[in-house]
Amino acid sequence: MTAAVVVTGLGVAAPNGLGTRAYWAATRAGKSGIARITRFTPDQYPARLAGEVPGFVAEEQLPSRLLPQTDRMTQLALVAADWALDDAGIRPQDLSAFDMGVITASFSGGFEFGQGELANLWGKGSQYVSAYQSFAWFYAVNSGQISIRNGMKGPSGVVVADQAGGLDAVAQARRQIRKGTNLIVSGAVDATICPWGWVALQSSNRLSTCEEPALAYRPFDEGARGHVPGEGGAILILESASAARARGARVYGEIAGYGATFDPRPGSGGEPALRAAIELALVDAGVAAAEVDVVFADAAGEPELDRAEADALAAVFGPRAVPVTAPKTMTGRLYSGAAPLDLAAAFLAMEEGLIPPTVNVDPVAEYQLDLVVSAPRPAELRTALVVARGHGGFNSAMVVRSDRAE
Amino acid sequence: MTGRRVVITGVEVLAPGGTGTKAFWELLADGRTATRRISFFDPSPFRSRVAAEINFSPEEHGLSPQETRRMDRAAQFAVVAARGAVADSGIEIDEFDPYRVGVTVGSAVGATMGLDEEYRVVSDGGRLHLVDHGYAVPHLYNYLVPSSFAAEVAWTVGAQGPTGVVSTGCTSGIDSVGYAADLIREGSVDVMVAGSSDAPISPITMACFDAIKATTPRHDDPPTASRPFDGSRNGFVLGEGAAVFVLEELDGAVRRGAHIYAEIAGYATRSNAYHMTGLRPDGLEMAEAIRVALDEARMNGDEIDYINAHGSGTKQNDRHETAAFKHSLGDHAYRTPVSSIKSMVGHSLGAIGSIEIAASILAMKHNVVPPTANLHTPDPECDLDYVPLHARDHVTDAVLTVGSGFGGFQSAMVLARSDRRVA
Repeated sequence: MTAAVVVTGLGVAAPNGLGTRAYWAATRAGKSGIARITRFTPDQYPARLAGEVPGFVAEEQLPSRLLPQTDRMTQLALVAADWALDDAGIRPQDLSAFDMGVITASFSGGFEFGQGELANLWGKGSQYVSAYQSFAWFYAVNSGQISIRNGMKGPSGVVVADQAGGLDAVAQARRQIRKGTNLIVSGAVDATICPWGWVALQSSNRLSTCEEPALAYRPFDEGARGHVPGEGGAILILESASAARARGARVYGEIAGYGATFDPRPGSGGEPALRAAIELALVDAGVAAAEVDVVFADAAGEPELDRAEADALAAVFGPRAVPVTAPKTMTGRLYSGAAPLDLAAAFLAMEEGLIPPTVNVDPVAEYQLDLVVSAPRPAELRTALVVARGHGGFNSAMVVRSDRAE
Repeated sequence: MTGRRVVITGVEVLAPGGTGTKAFWELLADGRTATRRISFFDPSPFRSRVAAEINFSPEEHGLSPQETRRMDRAAQFAVVAARGAVADSGIEIDEFDPYRVGVTVGSAVGATMGLDEEYRVVSDGGRLHLVDHGYAVPHLYNYLVPSSFAAEVAWTVGAQGPTGVVSTGCTSGIDSVGYAADLIREGSVDVMVAGSSDAPISPITMACFDAIKATTPRHDDPPTASRPFDGSRNGFVLGEGAAVFVLEELDGAVRRGAHIYAEIAGYATRSNAYHMTGLRPDGLEMAEAIRVALDEARMNGDEIDYINAHGSGTKQNDRHETAAFKHSLGDHAYRTPVSSIKSMVGHSLGAIGSIEIAASILAMKHNVVPPTANLHTPDPECDLDYVPLHARDHVTDAVLTVGSGFGGFQSAMVLARSDRRVA
C-alpha cells in the first residue's frame, strides 16, 4: 500500500505575500516581509521585528459570524484552505464527506485570542470570559474549523512538534490517504504576534534583537544572531494520485518521502539526528542523494544549529554538492506554518525551474554550502528536499517530486 | 499494509483518586469517585466548582527540582507515566535502534495551568496589555508550545524516532495512541511510548467551560457530581491525569517474552463537520469511526464484549454516543455492557482517552468491567446497559473505546486479546 500521494492545490498566507501568486512573485524577486511590528507597540521588548501577513482583511473573506469566534491564525487558515481548494478545482460539496479529511499542524494555538480572554478573566472576572474561548485558542481549532466550513468528515488530526510539525502533519495526511481517504487538507498556518505570545517566544532566547530588517535573520552567516518570528503558512490539498488523475486535476507534484527523528538529550553527547531524518526521507522516497536538485533548509539562524544543519547536508550530499536555499529569510520563521510554506515554495520552484534566493546572507565558507543567495537561480528541478527542525530536538525531512519527474 | 500487528506491553496511569495503575484499577473496580470541591484555587466565583484532582507530588515521583521547575504539571504527569510504563513493560529501550523508538503525547490544552499562572504575573493581574517580559519565567516557551511534553518524554525514555504531540481536543488520548500504532504498523518504528496528559484545572479552563455551561454546576455533593447517562446529569466534571503505554510490534514483543496486555486491533477518527462544540443526536460520524475501526480490526461488531464510552455526562453527548453504538453495532449494542469511567475520574480532556484505553485493557486483564458510578435513574433516551454503580464480572476479550470532542472529532479504538485473533 504505497499509493502515490500528490499535491493539487496550494493556499498561501505569507509575510511577503498574501496568496500564492503574491508570495511567489515576492519570493522569486527576493522581496522580504520582515519589518518592525505593527500589531502592537514593541518598544519595550528586546526583539521588535516580525514578519506580519500584509493586507489581510478577514471581514472580506469570511462570514461575519465566524469572526468573533476565531483567532487571526484560524481566519488565515480558513481563507488559505478556501484558496487551496479553489486552486485544486475542488468543490467539497461535490465529493463524499467521509472521503475528505483535515490534518494540520499547530504551534501555540490561537494565542492572541487567548490573551484577550485571560485579560478578561484576570482583569474583569471569570464571567467575562468569552463563550468561544473553549475552542478558539486550542491547538485543534484550525482542523476543526476547516472541516466544518467545508463539510469534511474524513480522518482528522492535529500534530504539534514545534517548527517540525508542519511536515509531520503532511506525512500523517499522506498516511491517511494511503489508508483509503482520497483527499486531505493539510499544512499549517500560525500567528503568535501578540504581546503575550511575543514574551513567550522571547523566552526561548532565540529571537534576534537586531533592529535592521535586512540584518536580523541571517542563517548560515557569520552574523547569525537568532531569528525573526513570522506569521502565516500554507494549506495544501493532498490527494491520492489515482483520484487526482481520475478527475483530471492539475498536479504540482508528489509527496515522495518523509523521515522524522529526535535529537538525543542535551548534554548526553549523542550525535544530532537531523542527518538520519534526511536519510530516512530519501530512502522512503526511493531517491538517491544525487537525485535531489534543491534543499529548502531549516535555517535556524543560531550558529550552533546552522552548523549542525550544514554538517548534516554535507554528510548526506557531499560538500557544496546540492543547491540550498532558505526563502524564510524573507518571511521570518513561521513555526508550524514554516514547513508547509517551504513545501509550497518547493512546488512553485519546480514548476518554474527557479530556486528562490536566501536574502541577506553571506554563508560561512566553512559550512561548505552551495547556498543560493541574492538572486534566484534557474535550474531544472525535479526533486526537492524540505528540512524542518523544532526547538527541543525535533527533526523532520520531506522529499517532494515534480509531476514531470519519472 | 505490512501485516505488522501492534500490542500494548506496558502501562502507567496517573488518575484522580490514587496515582499508579493499581490504585486506578482499585478505584474503578470499587466504583468509587474521585471528584471533589476544587482545592487548587478558590472556586467560589465559578458556576462549576468541582473537579477530579490528583494528589501529586513531583518529588515523590522522582522528578528533580529542575525538572519540576521547567515542566508544567501536565508535562510532569507525562514524564512520570512514561517512566512507569517503560518499567512496567520491562523493555530496555537502549537495546533498540533509537531511531525506531518514537514518542507521542496527546494533550488537548497543553500547559494551560502554567500559562494561566504566568499570564497573571506578566500582565500584573490582567492590567497590562503589553505584558512585562521582565517577569517571564525562562521556560515560558515550553508552556507556549506543548510539543515540549513530547520532548521531555523522549529525553526521559531515550527515544530518537518520530516524536510529537497529538492535539485533537478531547479525542487526543485515543488519537495519540492510534497515531503511534499506525507508525509501528507501517514499519517506520518498532516501539512507541505513547499516551496523553492534561492538567487543565485552572481558572481559565473553569471560566471557559462555565461560559458554555459544559461543566456541571452541581457542587453540593462533589462525589456525585459526575453522573453520565443519568437523567439528572447536567454537565461534565473536569479532571486531570495521564496514561502512557509502551506499544510494540507483536513479533518483537513475543520474541522478548513481553507481557502483552492487548492488541490495538483497529483505530479510526472522523469529524462531524457540524459544530465546534455541538453534536447531532444521530451520532453517525462516531458510528462511522467505529465501523472503520472494526473493519481495520477485521472484527464484527458482535465480537465486542465491552464498550468504554466517552460518557462525559452532558445530555447531548450521552444521547449522541448511545445512538452511535446502536448505528454501528445494531442489536448487539443492547447486549453489551457500556460504561463511563468519567463518572469516577472526571473528564481530563486530552488525557482521558488514554486513561480509558488503560481502563479497557485492565477490564480485559481482570475480566471485570468498571461501572458507571452515580447512575441511579437513567435518561429514558439512554437505554443501553450502562453497568450502574457496581463493577461486573464479565468475560472481556475485546473492547471498543470511543471519544468525542470539540472540533467535532470522533474517535474509536478496538482492543483485543492478541492470542485470540488470527492475523
